Amino acid sequence: MAFNYDKYLRLEKMPTLWCWGCGDGVILKAFVRAVDKLGINQDDICVVSGIGCSGRFSSYVDFNTVHTTHGRTVAFATGIKLMHPDKIVVCVAGDGDALAIGGNHTIHGARRNIDMTLIIINNFIYGLTNSQTSPTTPQGMWSVTQKAGNIDPTFDACALGIAAGASFVARETMLDPKKLEKIFVKAMEHRGFSYLDILSNCHINLGRKNKMISAMDNLNWIDSITMPKKKYDALSPEEQINILPTGILKEDTTAREYCDMYQDIIDVHQGRRKVVTQDDFVKKI
Amino acid sequence: MSELREVISSGNDLSALAAADAGCRFFGGYPITPSSEVIQELSDLLPARGGVCIQMEDEIAAVAAAIGAGMAGERAMTATSGPGISLKAENLGLAQMCEVPLVVVNVMRGGPSTGLPTRVSQGDVRQAKNPSHGDYRSITLCAGTLSECYTETLRAFNLADRFMQPVFVLLDETIGHMHGKAMIPTAEAAEAGIVPRKSFDGAPEDYHPYECEADQPAVLNKMFTGYRYHFTGLHHDKNGFPTEEIETCRKLIQRLEDKVMMHTDELESNEEFMLDDMTGEEGEVLIIAYGSVALSAKESIRHLRAAGIKAGLFRPITLWPAPAASIKKYTDMIKNVLCVELNIRQYTEEVERVSSRLDIEGLYKVNGRPISPHEIVNKVKEVF
Repeated sequence: MAFNYDKYLRLEKMPTLWCWGCGDGVILKAFVRAVDKLGINQDDICVVSGIGCSGRFSSYVDFNTVHTTHGRTVAFATGIKLMHPDKIVVCVAGDGDALAIGGNHTIHGARRNIDMTLIIINNFIYGLTNSQTSPTTPQGMWSVTQKAGNIDPTFDACALGIAAGASFVARETMLDPKKLEKIFVKAMEHRGFSYLDILSNCHINLGRKNKMISAMDNLNWIDSITMPKKKYDALSPEEQINILPTGILKEDTTAREYCDMYQDIIDVHQGRRKVVTQDDFVKKI
Repeated sequence: MSELREVISSGNDLSALAAADAGCRFFGGYPITPSSEVIQELSDLLPARGGVCIQMEDEIAAVAAAIGAGMAGERAMTATSGPGISLKAENLGLAQMCEVPLVVVNVMRGGPSTGLPTRVSQGDVRQAKNPSHGDYRSITLCAGTLSECYTETLRAFNLADRFMQPVFVLLDETIGHMHGKAMIPTAEAAEAGIVPRKSFDGAPEDYHPYECEADQPAVLNKMFTGYRYHFTGLHHDKNGFPTEEIETCRKLIQRLEDKVMMHTDELESNEEFMLDDMTGEEGEVLIIAYGSVALSAKESIRHLRAAGIKAGLFRPITLWPAPAASIKKYTDMIKNVLCVELNIRQYTEEVERVSSRLDIEGLYKVNGRPISPHEIVNKVKEVF
């Protein structure tokens, strides 16, 4: 039987504001199926979004939802999560949102390893504002702010997540909704900061400036720049340069989660344990 | 709150203690002089009570996390000084738009920019009125004594929940770092005075958080309790969803204005010092001052009275909205009016506006040093 999305969507808000053929809808549906698969009660999950096309994500799902300011998604979610460590908190951000204006919060949310899932919908461009360069726009591509070609070095979102300390880091594309659903399930099951770089198309704004006018052209390009991690690892370093590996890139189930660690602080102040010392941590410096 | 206790403490520490006693469950902060003692105190006080005090990665994240806790339904606070407010401004606007209660303590130092980090100023009074873009009404309280650092912070939490918006508590560096004896309500009395935000307990399908009387705030139930709705900084409808419908947009912003301005009687708080014997006769002097400056003003009034000059002090404790009728009552009666501020005319302009007088004298200082009683005495003798 076909999956029935109605229970989870705010149908009265449909159709979405997203353009015809936009990948955000595919990601939304995969996310909803993942929530259903995990049996999460709609009252027990909060979806927090920022500004941009991805910012509208929160208004379409029938959960506790928050549409915040540009880039600050993870910071708002941190306050919500610390007040409710037992609830599911999911952040949805765009590439400009999470990696440019909100980069600092992305880094420090990952560093704290606070239990939330950050879905970065990465379409390589500022879409809502019509084709300006984003941190993931490849060098040499065109945008309305760099008509002569983008010279700004390209950000590898997952490399940032790994370096910052996220305990679960993965990349998938909207080309494979089944894989997307699976990665959302794994990310929400993981206790810690789950950092997802989800590649999506924006043929309207990235495409129109870069000879990928149709969604299919844009998707074929995404397909050509991605490869499952296993295959990617077999490539030589030279061959790896222009490929983004997909799948789970980091999974550390031993790293302690921030709300759990904060409980230690509460326990110290309430006399249930002695102060936290360096001996409580494997990594000392 | 009749039961009092005697403490020896500082303004910043008392503000932190008040937050804990007011049932604050979350503090998001970032180190900044001269407010850092607030987060330092709360890093002990809140976890001891099962709450959370977190040092975030920047000022923006500090206020965002606190607003997040407020959205979740808990009492939350942040503290900073002027540069921090400048950074927090956008998110303070979101809290105004979404009607999320929050207490924001600003321990004022010299500005603009990095200014005079360790020295006193009242340069953020105008900023407190409009920290973010758009139309809304700020509620700003200003402590003028050590004990008020406690009581005004308590009051701020109740007002934030009553009006469902951020409430500023302005301290200045002098008050924040002043150490001394203070009589403050007991923790039990403070707890007994807590008036939590309203909530809706009907059926979830009948719940419309932003559908309220034209002069009343939103009713925001706690998150994760079965009442699912939406927060957005966009203009929004009765359930919090984005809309551009003309009347809905107009009504929303008008309500943000009216929910405060039609209830200023619930907000006004002033101290009137040696004003009860004023009759309007020639030679009387009205001094208007607030915060730590009022301490000097009171001392100066004792000197002036000893010298035969009948002077008195009007001290607004709620700075915004300004106590317009009360100020006008005295400025109508008393000819000689002197505003004393650690800034240049920031509140004087409001006094001019509400009094419709352009002959208000001023004593202003912007070099990071306090104003002494003798400077005020000399100014009064010079201009009147």
